[in-house]
Amino acid sequence: MDTAALLIIEVLNGIASLALACAGLAIIFGMMRVINFAHGEFMMLGAYTTVVCTKTLGINIWISMLIISPIVVGIIGIIVERAFIRFFYGRMIDTLIATWGLSLLLIGIVTAIFGNIIEGVSAPMGSFEVGVYNVAQYRMVLIGIVILLFIGIFLVLTRTKLGLIARGTMQNPAQASVLGISTQRVYMVTFAVGAGLTGLAGGLLAPISQVIPTAGAAYVAQTFITVITGGTGAVTGTLVASGVFGTVRQLLSYEFTPVLGGVGLLIVAVVMLRLLPQGITGKIFRRSL
Amino acid sequence: MFDSTRRGFLKGTAGTAATLVAAGLAASPKAYADDDEIVVASIFDQSGGLDIYGTPMTQTCELAVEEINAAGGLLGKKIRLIKYDPQSNMELYAQYAQEAALKERVDLVHGAITSASREVIRPILRRFQTLLWYSVIYEGGVCDINNFVSGVTAVQWVKPMADYGFKTHGKRCYYIGADYNAPQIIGKWTEVFAKEQGSEVITKDFFPLDVAEFGPAIAKIQEAKPDWLSTCLVGAAHTGFYRQWYAAGMLNEIPIVSVTFGVGNEHVQLSAEEGNGIVSAQPYFQELQLPANVEFVKRYQERFGDDAQYLNSVGVGGYLGTMLWSLGVKAAGSIEREAVIAALRSGDIAWDGPAGHMVVDPVTNHVIQDMHMAECQNQTWNIFESYSQLYPSDVIDRCDLTKNPDMNAHLEPIL
Repeated sequence: MDTAALLIIEVLNGIASLALACAGLAIIFGMMRVINFAHGEFMMLGAYTTVVCTKTLGINIWISMLIISPIVVGIIGIIVERAFIRFFYGRMIDTLIATWGLSLLLIGIVTAIFGNIIEGVSAPMGSFEVGVYNVAQYRMVLIGIVILLFIGIFLVLTRTKLGLIARGTMQNPAQASVLGISTQRVYMVTFAVGAGLTGLAGGLLAPISQVIPTAGAAYVAQTFITVITGGTGAVTGTLVASGVFGTVRQLLSYEFTPVLGGVGLLIVAVVMLRLLPQGITGKIFRRSL
Repeated sequence: MFDSTRRGFLKGTAGTAATLVAAGLAASPKAYADDDEIVVASIFDQSGGLDIYGTPMTQTCELAVEEINAAGGLLGKKIRLIKYDPQSNMELYAQYAQEAALKERVDLVHGAITSASREVIRPILRRFQTLLWYSVIYEGGVCDINNFVSGVTAVQWVKPMADYGFKTHGKRCYYIGADYNAPQIIGKWTEVFAKEQGSEVITKDFFPLDVAEFGPAIAKIQEAKPDWLSTCLVGAAHTGFYRQWYAAGMLNEIPIVSVTFGVGNEHVQLSAEEGNGIVSAQPYFQELQLPANVEFVKRYQERFGDDAQYLNSVGVGGYLGTMLWSLGVKAAGSIEREAVIAALRSGDIAWDGPAGHMVVDPVTNHVIQDMHMAECQNQTWNIFESYSQLYPSDVIDRCDLTKNPDMNAHLEPIL
């Protein structure tokens, strides 16, 4: 019984961390169709922001993770969009190369500033007992934050004018600009929001992972696979795909090894994309976001 | 010199070319036998994933060379150090080992960090008859007369920890390690040592170097309820394990005795509370209160200033290995490879350095040395038990270089 509870928590946790890592990419790649290969590096920057704020500046860890990291990475997102990305809209392969270069540049800059050493902060709060087992409270809070985050994204996109404009612009930029909307500005803001969400993910995952300049590399493949499998409805699709992949990966990792967990995730992804080439939301939940 | 006519230009160019050719002819025999300098190549990764180990190793190797030169050099000659950076890339290891042996004709290659990289350059240097010194703590088992090893082996290093764990914490050990040859072989050795104690390793789990999420692993360890946990985790990603272990409140539930904790300076990179209570054994800690070490650490920090790092048992290796080799050269009275090997294998090469008393063992080409058990508290190591002059007896039943000098192998434990 205790073991089952522990396992359920682990699975929820796996889903939550995957969905969190994908949230920003769901906006930038899922909605805007910009292949951002520097996605992992945006997370890394969010993590470094949290570490620097907490350890060097002595700011409260929750403020660092939840407020400062997304703002800092969001601002970096605006700079990147203005300097790089806006020249590449609609040119997928070029974007891929450009953002790959960007990712190398960001790794280089951070290495030059902080050195190639591990940084990090401890997880806030202690642990609690599930029967005879111990679980970190922080992991439970993380699950809660991810649920609230996705509800928030969903509400902003469906219930606000801003969300409507953003969705409209992504679907048909020409029509949107005829209606008097500055598509350039909408793209910029949407990219910044995606970057900010990615920074938030980096900040929130910092206490339970390593923070090094190359930390982003571990996230790129799994987040792209998840968002692609999610399909056209970026938000719902990412959530459903994270649910499937997170469950498969955590259960296989627990039962066998993390290697098989990773292999299992890829096999499921291949099978799903074979059966549902348009992604999960291309077939089911078709009217979703 | 700056003659602007065409003839002047031609004359000048021809003259320069002739000088260059003459210099080239004069220079080429200089690289052979009776030089006025001794050449040492260091091959340690100073960039890429392994630079946390390679940078301090290169620094300490450089310090050793500078100190030997300042004291008048070896056999009246200065040592020239060529520092190669293989960038954590195995192909570059092979390339630089060949370059050092064939082009530079060095007298010693001091190098390799991981066992994998050592096994790349060891056969190359054996083939080209260039002496190799390896100075990293490792799983043991190298049996090659051309390769001296000042790093400790499983029997010297892992056995004290296994004995301590099984005696202090209990008979059931859970082992986790990185997924490559060294942690796997150390896992096998841990099983050998468990058997000797009438104990068992209940599970061995291995993680690829890029795994950073240990939630399922921690759940699995809790479920198995071991008496203690032995960790042989390696690299930056694996540091996350200790962070997640602490967050799960496990640090005071199941004790950790770690083979590798601190070797990548994890104890200063993690926060104090995440590392408190973790026990490890190493042949060297910067905290060692030997007079030779206190002096050495001071010299190191003065020499490298802001670039000086916390010195651990890996980082110090560049110094220890170079110094021990220099004693062999002095004893041989020659830089010729066979004479140096014979002198190093005489059993008379003993030295009191930063890591205490060290003796080069003629049977195994390894080094008899001390070992210290320490507990991490507030990001420093408190040494609570020391073992004097441990002998590298790992594969002594199968490797006797006195009887079989032609042996060339990397031996594993027999379960």
